[in-house]
Amino acid sequence: MNCRSEVLEVSVEGRQVEEAMLAVLHTVLLHRSTGKFHYKKEGTYSIGTVGIQDVDCDFIDFTYVRVSSDELDRALRKVVGEFKDALRNSGGDGLGQMSLEFYQKKKSRWPFSDECIPWEVWTVKVHVVALATEQERQICREKVGEKLCEKIINIVEVMSRHEYLPKMPTQSEVDNVFDTGLRDVQPYLYKISFQITDALGTSVTTTMRRLIKDTLAL
Amino acid sequence: METDLNSQDRKDLDKFIKFFALKTVQVIVQARLGEKICTRSSSSPTGSDWFNLAIKDIPEVTHEAKKALSGQLPAVGRSMCVEISLKTSEGDSMELEIWCLEMNEKCDKEIKVSYTVYNRLSLLLKSLLAITRVTPAYRLSRKQGHEYVILYRIYFGEVQLNGLGEGFQTVRVGTVGTPVGTITLSCAYRINLAFMSTRQFERTPPIMGIIIDHFVDRPYPSSSPMHPCNYRTGEDAGVTYPSVEDSQEVCTTSFSTSPPSQLSSSRLSYQPAVLGLGSADLAYPVVFTAGLNTTHTHQLMVPGKEGGVPLAPNQPAHGTQADQERLVTHAPSDGTHCAATPSSSEDTETVSNSSEGRASPHDVLETIFVRKVGAFVNKPINQVTLTSLDIPFAMFAPKNLELEDADPMKPAFSKDDILPMDLGTFYREFQNPPQLSSLSIDIGAQSMAEDLDSLPEKLAVHEKNVREFDAFVETLQ
Repeated sequence: MNCRSEVLEVSVEGRQVEEAMLAVLHTVLLHRSTGKFHYKKEGTYSIGTVGIQDVDCDFIDFTYVRVSSDELDRALRKVVGEFKDALRNSGGDGLGQMSLEFYQKKKSRWPFSDECIPWEVWTVKVHVVALATEQERQICREKVGEKLCEKIINIVEVMSRHEYLPKMPTQSEVDNVFDTGLRDVQPYLYKISFQITDALGTSVTTTMRRLIKDTLAL
Repeated sequence: METDLNSQDRKDLDKFIKFFALKTVQVIVQARLGEKICTRSSSSPTGSDWFNLAIKDIPEVTHEAKKALSGQLPAVGRSMCVEISLKTSEGDSMELEIWCLEMNEKCDKEIKVSYTVYNRLSLLLKSLLAITRVTPAYRLSRKQGHEYVILYRIYFGEVQLNGLGEGFQTVRVGTVGTPVGTITLSCAYRINLAFMSTRQFERTPPIMGIIIDHFVDRPYPSSSPMHPCNYRTGEDAGVTYPSVEDSQEVCTTSFSTSPPSQLSSSRLSYQPAVLGLGSADLAYPVVFTAGLNTTHTHQLMVPGKEGGVPLAPNQPAHGTQADQERLVTHAPSDGTHCAATPSSSEDTETVSNSSEGRASPHDVLETIFVRKVGAFVNKPINQVTLTSLDIPFAMFAPKNLELEDADPMKPAFSKDDILPMDLGTFYREFQNPPQLSSLSIDIGAQSMAEDLDSLPEKLAVHEKNVREFDAFVETLQ
């Protein structure tokens, strides 16, 4: 099974990074979350209800929909905040990317640990721009809003292809497919990572490592 | 195309499509109410949330959708359309978007109805939730208030895109294959309002900016959309939504045809139709429906037992069967839904248990609408700036703050004593300015060689005066 990979790119001002990332991540997770499963006897299950809510952005002329789960929102805000801080502190070109990876766990026999097999990866590349005037910022608010609209349409287009999704699991297997730790919703198992990149797209840490190696080799 | 679908699957599929259509309408209309939507997740299934999504049902909207469907389902050549339009306080209106739920002939015979189709319809509803926030009408609807309101109209049959103007764009929300055809959900939306504004008024911000800057004026600090005062009577608690027959009687006596507008012929569809002809042609203000929401939704909530019915005992089955059945028991039997004219027993599904004969919000709504349509007349365009543009949406153009004084607009850079003329006259007079002298033919006729010949002389002069130039530069620093 091949892992499906989708890449989105956005150019935003520094203060828009968080909201732009949350808009994209929440839109993907809206489609990749279901209600809580309640297994019964005879191997059947019922599904809870997913609530939805609108979120207005403060720095972008944009509104997105997310699942009504404060736990999920907090988890995303935490990692997006870390990404924003890393971008700001990197002092580089203002380039970075976040990856939202959906995976399945495959049980392995002892002593091997469980394998995580990704089946869908969303990568959002961010370019932070610096703006000088208030007029530029106002235009940026609108332009980034329009760009995010395009990204949402792109995401929905991918979702509508109805490509591979993990099979609905039995009760014993549900934790291999879904994140059952949240109280109110049940997203597919996911992990979020980020990296700060330089202009060539390589990770900054990789570049530093290469520089040091080259220096020592002299 | 029919397949060898068993009767239970066929019944399930019809039910899914019907409720999907109803939920689609709810999502679209609620996204144009002008307020943020928030519903709660529930870890335990309530049994009343179709497609495992908490989407409230505004009774009036469900009523209109059912009236439009008249017991039919979207099929090939029979689409369900939700038209979103804007109506200004001056009575002008314009179509903004058409949402289409269609069916084509491409069948997926292998797909499992009760499981895969249901889940994919749920996914499609989520996509619809996302897409309804990204079309231009969303931001317009969030700013609706005194200057304009957003209306919706549901119709069934052939898709009518004429009213969207030239160059409208389409976005596909998604598709779901079923054994009887492929369900497609898409949106066609107008773009030429923004196009006209940015083309004609180059100095002004984009249309969204205009609306934000000039026409958002909510006197009330609450987050709920502004209603005209006489709409508020609809917000009384416990108001009962009338049965279809009652509203039809009211409508037939209350409405009259209005003179056609000077604008495109599609506007005629906004004239209040004499109901009883079948489809719901009337456009309802979306803002009004918000007021009806709370009480009825609350009354509609039926505490349900846990869902979950074994479909295939050996494997985890989608526990929706019980949900469907419970929903069906709320309503009259399917036979009633399929009837051409909904019977009064429809009330049990869309209306709360109260059945007072009080004046309903629907009555009030209809009456108000008639009065509003009375204002839907040809109006001379007062603003000189727009005379040549032929758009009645004067409000979407930047206007002077002293507009209400009915004084013609003056150029911002002009003072009365220097250039006492209105903007239209100024524009006409100066739109063909004389050519610059430096670009005249005499100068242009000089050859390049002559220019080069004169260069050494000019350089010599500049070198002589270099000290003067340096001194001048120093004074600047």
